[in-house]
Amino acid sequence: MIDRIDLWTVVILLGIGSFFLRFVFLGVIGDRNLPEWVLRHLRYTAVAVLPALVAPLVLWPAANGGEVEPARLTAAIVTIAVGVLTKHTFAAIAAGALTLAAMLALLY
Amino acid sequence: MSSISKSAFWLGLRDGAPFALVVGPFAMLFGVVAADAGLNALEATAVSLAVIAGAAQFTAIGLLADHAPTFVALASALAVNLRMAMYSASLTPHLGAAPLWQRALAAYLTVDQSYALAMVTYPKHPDWGTPQKMGYFLGTVTAICPFWYLLTIVGALVGNRIPPEFALDFALPITFLAMVAPMLKTRAHLAAALVAILLSLLLAWMPYNLGLMVAAIAGMMAGARVEVMTGGAK
Repeated sequence: MIDRIDLWTVVILLGIGSFFLRFVFLGVIGDRNLPEWVLRHLRYTAVAVLPALVAPLVLWPAANGGEVEPARLTAAIVTIAVGVLTKHTFAAIAAGALTLAAMLALLY
Repeated sequence: MSSISKSAFWLGLRDGAPFALVVGPFAMLFGVVAADAGLNALEATAVSLAVIAGAAQFTAIGLLADHAPTFVALASALAVNLRMAMYSASLTPHLGAAPLWQRALAAYLTVDQSYALAMVTYPKHPDWGTPQKMGYFLGTVTAICPFWYLLTIVGALVGNRIPPEFALDFALPITFLAMVAPMLKTRAHLAAALVAILLSLLLAWMPYNLGLMVAAIAGMMAGARVEVMTGGAK
C-alpha cells in the first residue's frame, strides 16, 4: 500500500513540475526571436524524442518481462512501414493494431 | 476568446478526435495500474488531472508501489516529462505571441499527440498567424484530454478485469510510431530518428530515464547537422 502522504506529495509536486516544464519556454521566451541554430535543432524535436521514448518499449516490453516479444515487434515494424509509405497516421495505427491482434492470436 | 480562430479550433478538434480512440485505452490502462497499486478512482483521476502524461504517471505510481523513496519517484517521473520542455521550446516560435493566459493553458494541455499534430499541420498552413495556430492546438487537446481524464476513472473502477491478452500496453508505442513515421520526410529527419533510437537503446541502463534525454538531444543535433550538410530545411 502506498503511503497517502507520499502519494499526494508526488502528485502535487509532479503536477507543478510538469506544468513548469511545459511552460518554461512558451511562457518565458514568448515572442522573442530564437536564433536560427536553435530553431534548426527544434525542428527535429518530435522525430528524435518520440522514437527514443518508444524504442525500448518495442524491443524490451515490460509485459513480456523485458524480453523481445515477436507479436509486439512485428506490429511495431508494420506500423512504421505503413506510416512511412502512406503518410497516414491512422492507417498506420490500424495496421499496427490489427497486426498485433493477429500475431497474438496466432502465437498464444 | 476573440484572439483564437474558431475555424482552426474546429479543424484541430477534427484532427485530434481519432486520437481519443488510442489515448482512451492507454488512460484506462493507467486507471487499472493505479487501482492495482491501491489508489481509488478519485486519487487515480487526480494524478491524471495534475500530470496528463501517461509515461510519467506510470513511472511515478510504479515506483511508489515498488516502495521507492518519494524523491526518486518524483525525480524519475519529472525526467520522463523533460521532453515537455523540448516541446515547449519547439512550440514557442508558433505560439509565443499569444496572450499569457492562452500560453499557460496551452502549456498545461501540452501532450505528445497535440504537439505532434501541431508539428505536422503548421507547415501545411504557412499563412496561419498566432490565433489560428493557438486555435488549432486548443482544438486538438479538446479532442484528447477529456478522454484522458474520463477513461482513467473507468480504468480505476473496472480495475484488473481487463485481460492482459488485450495488450493495452502497446497502444502507446503504436500511436507514437504512427505519428512519427509520416514525419520522416527528409534525410535530416531520418538521421534524427535513427540516432535517437540507437542511443536510447544503448543508454537504457541510465537511471531516471536520462538516456532518453541524451538520445533525444543527440538526435536533434544529428538532424540539424544533416540539414546543414544537405542544404536547408525541407
